[in-house]
Parts: sequence; structure tokens; C-alpha cells
Amino acid sequence: MSPTASALLLTAPAATPLVIAAAYALTGLRTRRPAPVPAPVTAKGPVLVAEAPAVQEAPARRPADWAGLLSPVVILLCGSLLAAAVVDDGPRTAYSGLLRADALTAWMLLVVGAVAVVACGSAPAYLSGERAAGRADAGTVWRYHALVQAFLAAMCLAVVTADLGVLWVAVEATTIVTAFLVGHRHTRTSVEAAWKYVVICSAGIALAFLGTVLIYYAARQAGIGEAWALDWPTLVARADRLDPAVTRLGITLVVLGFGAKAGLVPLHAWLPDAHSQAPAPVSALMSGVLLSVAFAAVLRYRVIADAALGPGFTRVLLAGIALLTLALAAGLLLAQRDYKRMLAYSSMEHMSLIALAAAIGSPLALSAALLHIAGHGLAKSVAFCASGRILQIVGTTRIGRVRGLLARAPLLAGAFAGAVVALMAFPPFSLFASELGIARAGFAAGQRLGWVTAVALLLVLIAFAALAARTARMLLGPGAPTEENPSALWPLALGLAACAALGVTTGPLTDLLHAATRAIGG
Amino acid sequence: MSNGLYTQLLDLACGAFLLAAVIVLWQRELAAIVRVFGLQGIALAAIAVLLGAHEERWDLVAVGIGIGVLRAGVLPYLIRRALAALTAAEPAEAPRRITGRQRAHSEEVRETQPLINITASLLTAALLTLLAYAAARPLTELNPTPATRALPVGLAVVLIGFFVLVTRRRALAQVVGFLLLDNGITATAFLATSGVPLIVELGVSFDVLLAVLVLQILTTRMREAFGTTDIDDLRELHD
Repeated sequence: MSPTASALLLTAPAATPLVIAAAYALTGLRTRRPAPVPAPVTAKGPVLVAEAPAVQEAPARRPADWAGLLSPVVILLCGSLLAAAVVDDGPRTAYSGLLRADALTAWMLLVVGAVAVVACGSAPAYLSGERAAGRADAGTVWRYHALVQAFLAAMCLAVVTADLGVLWVAVEATTIVTAFLVGHRHTRTSVEAAWKYVVICSAGIALAFLGTVLIYYAARQAGIGEAWALDWPTLVARADRLDPAVTRLGITLVVLGFGAKAGLVPLHAWLPDAHSQAPAPVSALMSGVLLSVAFAAVLRYRVIADAALGPGFTRVLLAGIALLTLALAAGLLLAQRDYKRMLAYSSMEHMSLIALAAAIGSPLALSAALLHIAGHGLAKSVAFCASGRILQIVGTTRIGRVRGLLARAPLLAGAFAGAVVALMAFPPFSLFASELGIARAGFAAGQRLGWVTAVALLLVLIAFAALAARTARMLLGPGAPTEENPSALWPLALGLAACAALGVTTGPLTDLLHAATRAIGG
Repeated sequence: MSNGLYTQLLDLACGAFLLAAVIVLWQRELAAIVRVFGLQGIALAAIAVLLGAHEERWDLVAVGIGIGVLRAGVLPYLIRRALAALTAAEPAEAPRRITGRQRAHSEEVRETQPLINITASLLTAALLTLLAYAAARPLTELNPTPATRALPVGLAVVLIGFFVLVTRRRALAQVVGFLLLDNGITATAFLATSGVPLIVELGVSFDVLLAVLVLQILTTRMREAFGTTDIDDLRELHD
């Protein structure tokens, strides 16, 4: 592949959504521009104006809602082409090393693209439901699209950059662009969730920046030049020369900081609030990929730490964080009465399993972790998108007030049930294979990690029981059938099918998975 | 500039930087807190400019001036504007409730009941500074220069910022806490390595600016939804 082609492939995943976001923002501004003319007429003027464009684009098919699917397709395409290229002849770089794709990048791009297809594919149905309920006008819809696309761009940038500083900037940018998606309504719960989200994530991620600065300091003192001291491949290659004491402090801060964004203790408190308040497709993106994009940063730093300090340090740190998160998530799942929060705590449960796999660190554990990232992303995005439709049908997020979903909307309830079954790690879904892999690797990795894995499995069992009991309550029971729109459910079916297919065989992705495992030290 | 003068000026700037953080803890009026925060921005810019002048790196001087404009000018201006919006946006109620409204008004711009009282806060600041010195020992030992010897100051401000963030109840006081944390990290970066690469520095500054804008808008919304900016009233979401 020529350098121009790889530069193009590396630029497109972040640039395409950014361009589309700009297009949405501009169109949104232009449709709003005629508004001020009638505004001063009456006190009710602004209200009338806000509704006016909505009447204009009354036709049921809204091409603007579907245009959002373009960037997931581009991301998937670039991800696959990069995957083929890096498996054959190693990592690709562009812009003098600023952007770089190795197998982990390609894997994460594929996950981001696949989850974004599910989320952006569900968005038109979700938005028309919101419009019908009078909760969205033209302005909020344009803003929704622009922010979601910017969110995708920030996540792709975080994945394709090799510079750890730019990685940090991109992860912090995801917080900023999603703040108004979390707080898209002006209600008390919405504002509260957005405030907690921005304050906790920004403060947490600031710790990661302090950690990044310390690593940079250690790298400069180890004789690495200014331009390369935050370059991931350079740091990995020369990690043995980093000062251990400074690196230890830096890595601890980085793990805590990016862990905040990945929903791990101690800075996890934003996660259930934000996931339950955001619009369903955004919850799907946040839970499905934002958490794992942040964790991919931890995986990158883990390679540096293991080379500089030996594997013991990150192992203890990550295993401790994983167990605490898992215990917290399992406990709160038992007491959960809100189904969107239930899904949010289930995300914490799965992220802690991924952290545990990273702590174990053997090749089997790391490839299981990567497979788990993909499987959890697909299953959780389907679950969240389905929960958004359920919320529109039943009008509440309380588990206790939802009965007989299977009778009321069989297809939608089927998709939700399928996603929860996948999250409970039943075969044929890929989470079964990955959890089995993590457990096997844990028991093979010595006595202490064996105990940790045993405790983790016990906690997973508790979470399993809580999830099963609550979902069964929602699905079963009598109910009057409501009108369903099966054509709106294709993204959910696609997501579940992909998750099941990954569980049966990784097929053409096998080489990529192995290469990605090697790239992160497996 | 001679070495002795450089060291003294650098220590002076770092001392002012730490002192500003402590005064933020001491003050209750949000307006005074924002003013002190602005002064801290100037001290931070002075650190960067001194380092740049000492190493004769003029790009660093430019970065320092840019940081000064952002942290001593733009960010305090944004917070002050949010504060003015809070005090101006008095709900048009019946005049008979004037006394009640005035009390609410004064509570809006003051930290009336911090979670931990002022004396205990100042003692905690002293402990946090000691902790910062202990934690920074390996950092200073790696490359002992006048700049890295002042490095614990940056870490102390990070810790004090965190402390403000968790103990203050006013939304805008929390924003200042977050910005103190950020100032501390920037100072650490300057003192340890003369600053991170320019592209990262630009990205970080841009992110901080946007975060403050977002928080400012959320503060207004919080006032609309809850009628106050007291964080303790955010209790709708819990398990």
C-alpha cells in the first residue's frame, strides 16, 4: 500500500464524521436562520418558530437521519482495509508518526464502526418516536446528529493516533461533545446527570493527563527527544530505560484516569447516571465503544508499564480495580429497579472482566479481552437501542411497571431478550467464548490469580441472576399487542447476528485478533 | 539573567502559585475566589515565561503568554459572566418575598456552608502540601534542577484542586476546583519538562476552554431546573 493510501485510510475514520458533523451543524443553523423574523411579534413567537421547520420537513422519510449512517460505513471500510494491510505487512503510519494503525487500531475501528452501525441505524426510528411524542424539534435533531458525529470523530481519533498526548485530548473531547447529549433535556435528572458526567470525567481524565506528563518527563530524562517522547512505539521500544519510580506514579494516575472514563472504580459514579439519561442510541455508543476506547488506552500504557516495571505492578493494580468494580456492579445490579441503569451496571461488570483479563495478561487472556470488547459492544448497543424503544412504548424506566413485553411487542422484546441473553454470556454469543477464555487464562496463571478469577466468577454469577430475574419480569406476563414497525429493528437483528457469528467463529478476523494480541504484549 | 536571580524569581512565582490555591480555600465569596484564580493564572504564566527566558526558548515564552491570556483572562471572564447571570436572573416574583430572595441571592454567590469549615480546610491544605512533597521525591531525584525542585508545588495545587472539587457545594466553586486541578497539572508539566509538545498543549487548552463553556451552560440550566446551584440538591439520581 502506498503512503498516500495509508494516510487516507488513517485520516478518513476521524475526518469523515467530523465533516458530516460540520454539515449537520451548518444545515441546522441555516434552517434556523429564517426564524428571527417573526420572533418579536408575540411573546409566544419563539415557540411557533421552533416548530415551524418541523412542519416543513413533514415527509416520513427523512434522508438527513439516514445520512448519519455514512460515517459508520466509512469507519468499517477503513477498518477492514487497514486490518488487511497491517496483518500482511505490519503497522502503518502517516503525518510523521502522528497517526498510526496497528492491529489493535484496526480491531477497535471495526468495533467502533459495527457499534455505530447499530446505533446510527436505530437513530431514525428513535428520533421519529421522539418527534411523535413532541420531545424533539428540528433544532434538537440537528444538534443530536452533529454531536453524535463529532463523538464518533473523537473516538476514531483516540484510536488511530500514536501520540499519547493526542490520545488524551481525543478522550477528553468525547466528554465535551457528549455532555449535551447526556443533558439533552432540561429536566432535573438530565441536568444532574450531565453535571456529574462532565465534572467526574474531566477531573478523572485530568489525572490521566498528569500521568501522561510524568511519563513524558521520564521519557525525556531517558534521552528520548521532544518529538518522540509521547510516541507510543518509541516508548514501548525504550521502556526499559524509563525511571521506575516516576513511571510507577505515572502509570497509576493513567490507569485511574482512563479507568474513570472506562467506568472502573473509584471514579465510576457518572456512568449509571449518564447512561440512563442519554438518548438510547447515544447510550449504546457510550456503553458499547466509549468505555472500551478508554480501556484501549489503558491497554497501550500497560505495555509500557510491563516493559519498564515488570508485569507485577499493573497486574495487582488492574486486578484490584477489576474486583472492586465487579463487586460494586453485582451488588447494585441486585438492588436495581430501573432497566437502563441495570444495563449501565452490566457495562461496569463487563468492563471489569476486561480489566481482569488485562491483569492476567497472557495471550489467551488478552485475545479474550479483545473479543469481549467486540461482543460486549455489539450486545450492549442492541440492548440499549431496544431499551430506548421500550421506553417510548411504556413511558417509564421502572422495571416494576413493565410487564408482558413479549405479548405487547414480540419482535422488540425478542431483540431485547436476545441482547440480555448475550450479556449473560450464553452460547452461541461471543461473550460466552470470551468469558470462558478469561476464566481459563485466570486459572492457568497461578494460584493468586486463580483465586481472583474464582471470586470474579462468583460475582458474575450474582450479576447473571439479577439480570435474568429482572429481564424475565419485564418480558413475561399478559399484555395487549401494540403496533410494531419491524423494518426499524434491522440494526438490532444485525447486531445480534454479528455477536452470535463472532461466538461461532472469528473467521477472517482470526489473524487480526492474534496480531492485535501480539501488539499489546500477548 | 543570572542563575541566582532566575532561581529566586522562579521560587517566587511558584510560591505565589501555591498561595493563590490556599487563598481560594480560605475565601467564601465566589467573586473573590475567581479573582484569586485569575492571579494564579498570572503566576502560572510567569513560571512558563521564566523557564522560556532561562532556556532561551522563545516558543515557550509565547506559550506562557498564551496560557496567561487563557487562564488569567478568558476563563475568569467566563466564570464571572456565569456568576453575573446567576445574580441577574432573579425570578420575577411578588415583591413581598424580597427578604427571602435576597437571602437566596447571597447564598448563590457565597459558599455559605462548605462541607468542611475554613480552618480544617487550611489544615488539610497543609497536609496535602506535605503529601505532595513526599510523593514528588522520586520526581525531583531523577533530575535535580531549580525547576524540578519546585515541582511539588504543582502537585500540591493538583491535590488542593481535588479537595475544593469534592468539598465545595456551589457549582461554580466546583468549576474553580477543576481549574485549580488543571493549573496544577500545567505547572507540573512546565516545571518537569518545560511543557508538553505544542500540539498537545493546544489541544489541552482548547479542551479546558470547552469544558468550562459546557459547565457554564450547565450551571444556568441547573439554576433553571433546581432554582439553585447547590450541588447537594442534585439528588434525583441514586440507587
